[in-house]
Amino acid sequence: MNSTLAILAVLDGISYAALVFLVSVGLSLIFGVLRVVNVAHGSLYAFGAYLAATLSLSVAPLSPWLTYPALLAASIIIGIVCGGLIERFLLRPLYGRDDVLQLLITFAAFMIMDNLQRIIWGVQPIFAAEPLRLLPNISVFGVNYTSYQVLLLPGVALLTLVGLRYFLRRTLAGAVILAVTEDREAATAIGIDAKRVYFVTFIIGASLAALGGALASPTTSLVPGMGADMIVLSFAVAATAGLGQIEGTALTALMIGLTRAFIIYIQPEFEVLVPYLLMVLVLLVRPFGLFGAVHVRKI
Amino acid sequence: MQILKTVLATGAAAALLAGSALAQGKPSEIKIGITTFLSGPASVFGVPAKAAAEMIAEDLNKKGGIGGVPVKLSFVDEGAGGEALVSNYRRMVQDEKVDVTFASISSGSCNQLVPVAEDLKVMNFMWDCGAASILETKKYRYNFRTQANGTPEMLAVLIYLLKVKPDFKTIAVVNQDYAWGRESWEIFSTALKALKPDVQVVAELFPKFGSPDYSTEVSRLLALRPDVVLTTSWGGDLDTLVRQAGQRGLLQQSTFVLGIGESSIQRLGKDLPDGLIVGARGDHWFLHPEKKNDAAFKAFNEAFKAKTGAWPIYPVYHMAQAFSALQMAYDKALKANGGNWPTREQVVDAAAGTEFATGFGRPVTLRTEDNQGLEAQLVGVTKTIPGYDFKVLDNMMIFDPKVITNPPGIRSVEWLKTLKPEFVKIDVPTFKQ
Repeated sequence: MNSTLAILAVLDGISYAALVFLVSVGLSLIFGVLRVVNVAHGSLYAFGAYLAATLSLSVAPLSPWLTYPALLAASIIIGIVCGGLIERFLLRPLYGRDDVLQLLITFAAFMIMDNLQRIIWGVQPIFAAEPLRLLPNISVFGVNYTSYQVLLLPGVALLTLVGLRYFLRRTLAGAVILAVTEDREAATAIGIDAKRVYFVTFIIGASLAALGGALASPTTSLVPGMGADMIVLSFAVAATAGLGQIEGTALTALMIGLTRAFIIYIQPEFEVLVPYLLMVLVLLVRPFGLFGAVHVRKI
Repeated sequence: MQILKTVLATGAAAALLAGSALAQGKPSEIKIGITTFLSGPASVFGVPAKAAAEMIAEDLNKKGGIGGVPVKLSFVDEGAGGEALVSNYRRMVQDEKVDVTFASISSGSCNQLVPVAEDLKVMNFMWDCGAASILETKKYRYNFRTQANGTPEMLAVLIYLLKVKPDFKTIAVVNQDYAWGRESWEIFSTALKALKPDVQVVAELFPKFGSPDYSTEVSRLLALRPDVVLTTSWGGDLDTLVRQAGQRGLLQQSTFVLGIGESSIQRLGKDLPDGLIVGARGDHWFLHPEKKNDAAFKAFNEAFKAKTGAWPIYPVYHMAQAFSALQMAYDKALKANGGNWPTREQVVDAAAGTEFATGFGRPVTLRTEDNQGLEAQLVGVTKTIPGYDFKVLDNMMIFDPKVITNPPGIRSVEWLKTLKPEFVKIDVPTFKQ
C-alpha cells in the first residue's frame, strides 16, 4: 500500500469514525449517568434519520439550505419526544430494580419503535441527499470526496466532543450531572433532583443518537432494520472504550474507522470483523474497556 | 385488471368444459400459504409482492376462482427467519391445511422450507429465491421453481456486457456479504473466465449486508479505475452504493453493471445516469418491449401503480407467475381427471413439465427433470426519456432461457466452465425503448 492510498484510507477512516462516534457517544453518556444499557438507542438513531429526511424533503423546495436546520430540528424533536417518553414512562419506574428489567424494557421499546417506523415511513428505502449535494466535492490525488463526509461530519463530531466536555466539566448543569453520576444518594441529600438529571441526560443522549441518524441521512438509504445494525456497532464501540467514557468513545471510533478503512484497502474480507475483533482483543486485555476503570462495589 | 382476464382465460375455459362434474368433491376454497418478507430490508420485495398477491387473488375470485373455487391467502413473514419461519410454515400447512405454498424470497428460506414441504407432501412453488443449487442437488416431487435461478440471470447480464463492451480489460465487484452476493459473483466470475479469460479482476469487495456507508469502497474503486464495476446488490444497499458512487464520479468513470437493478430504478430517479447495464431477474419490465402495447399488461401495471404508488418490479411479476403456474396446474389436473376435482397428488403430477403463459413476459416452462423454471431474461441499459422522472431501459435484449440455463443434471458452475468464448455470439433480439 503506497502513501497515496494510505492518505485516502485515513480520510475514509475519519469520515466513518465521525459517524460512529456521533451515534455511540449518546449510548455511552446514558450508561455513564443512568447505568442503563439502552437497546432502543438504535431506534432513536433510525427515527432521527427518518424524521430528518422527511423534514429535509419538505423544506428543500423552499430553500435547500433549510435542510441543515431540518437535520438539527429532527434530532432535538426525537430526543425530546421519544427520549422523554422512554425515560419518563418506561425507565423511571424501574430505577433501583434489577438491571435485566431495564435491558428488557428498552428492548421492548426498540421492537415497538421498529414497527412504528415501518408503519410511519413504510418499507421502501428513503433518500434525502440535499444537504450533501449543497457542498462541493474536493479532489485528493485525483479521487473525489464529498466535503460533507470528510469535512462536515468530522467537524460536527469534534464539536460534539468538545461541547460535551465543556458542558460536563465547565457548567453548573454539567457539574450536577457528574455529581449524580458519582453518588446519587449524596447528590440527592444536598438537594439535587436526581430524577430531573436522569430525564435531561436521557434526552441529551437520545438527541445525540438522533443527530447521528440525521447527519447520516443525506449519505445513505433509510431502510427497515437500520437501527438494529447501528445498535450492535454502538455497543461494540462503547464496550471497547469502556461504558460511560466519552473521550474513550471518540478514540475508539477513530481506531475502528481507521482500521476498517485500511482493511478494506488491504484485506477487504475482514471488514465486517474489524469492530468486533478490536472489541474482543481490548476486552481480553482490559475487561472494563480501554478507558474504563474498576469500580469498588459499595456494600 | 384486463390482464387477469387473459391470464385466466385458459382456466375459465377449462372450468366451463368441466361442467357439472366439477361439483363432485369440489372444496369450498383453495388455500394458498405464502412466505414473503414483511419486515427487514428485503421487505422492499416482499411488501409489493404481497400487494400483488392480494390484488391477483381478489381479481381471480371475482371471476370465479380456479376451476370455480375461490382462493384464500395466508401470509408468513420471512423476516422472522430460522426456526420461527419453519414453525410458522408447518403451522400453515398442518393447522391451516393450505393446499399449496409459495415459498420464498430468500434462498436461505427456500433451503429451509423445501425439505419441509417435501416431508409434508405439500406442493410448493419457490416463487422468488434464486440459488441454483437447491434443485441441482436433489430431485424433489413437491417443489417447483416458477422462475429462473441465478445462473441464467447472471449469464444474461454477462453476455449483454460482452456484447456491448467487448474490449474491457478490468473488472471489480461490490456485492453484499451474504449468500446471494457470493453465489452471484461465483456464477458471473466463472462464466467470465470461460468467455473472456483475459479480463483481470482488480477488486472483490463484499461489504456487510445493510452497510450504510460505502465511502471506502468507492475511494478504492476510484483509485483502481476498473473498466467495469459489477454489483448484484439490491434494496437500500444498492441505492446507497449507487448514490455514493454517483456523488463522487465513479458512475461516470467505470461502466456499472447492476445485476438485478430493475427493482431500484424507480427509487433512484435522476440519480441514476444513462448508460448503466441493468438486469431484471427474468423478462420483467413494466415497459416490456413485447408486452407494452398489450391492453391487459398495461391495465395490470396501472392498477398496481394506483394501489401502491409505484410501477411493478420483478418480485411482483414473480408472484404473478406463481399464480399463473398454479392456475395452469389445476387446469391440467382437472382436464386429466375428466373434469372431476383433482387430488393434491394429481395437481402435483400436472405441475411437472407444464408451460404457462404469464401475461407479463414470455411463457415459463417448469422443466420435468428437475422442476426448474425456464424463464427468459431481459437486460437493458439506462436511458432518459421524457415522461418519466426516472431512467428507463433501452437497447433491451431478451435471452432465450433454453440457451442460457444449465442442462438438468449438471451443476451450474461446472456447466459454466464448459462455455467457450464463441458462446457470446448467440443471437439475441434487441429492442429499443
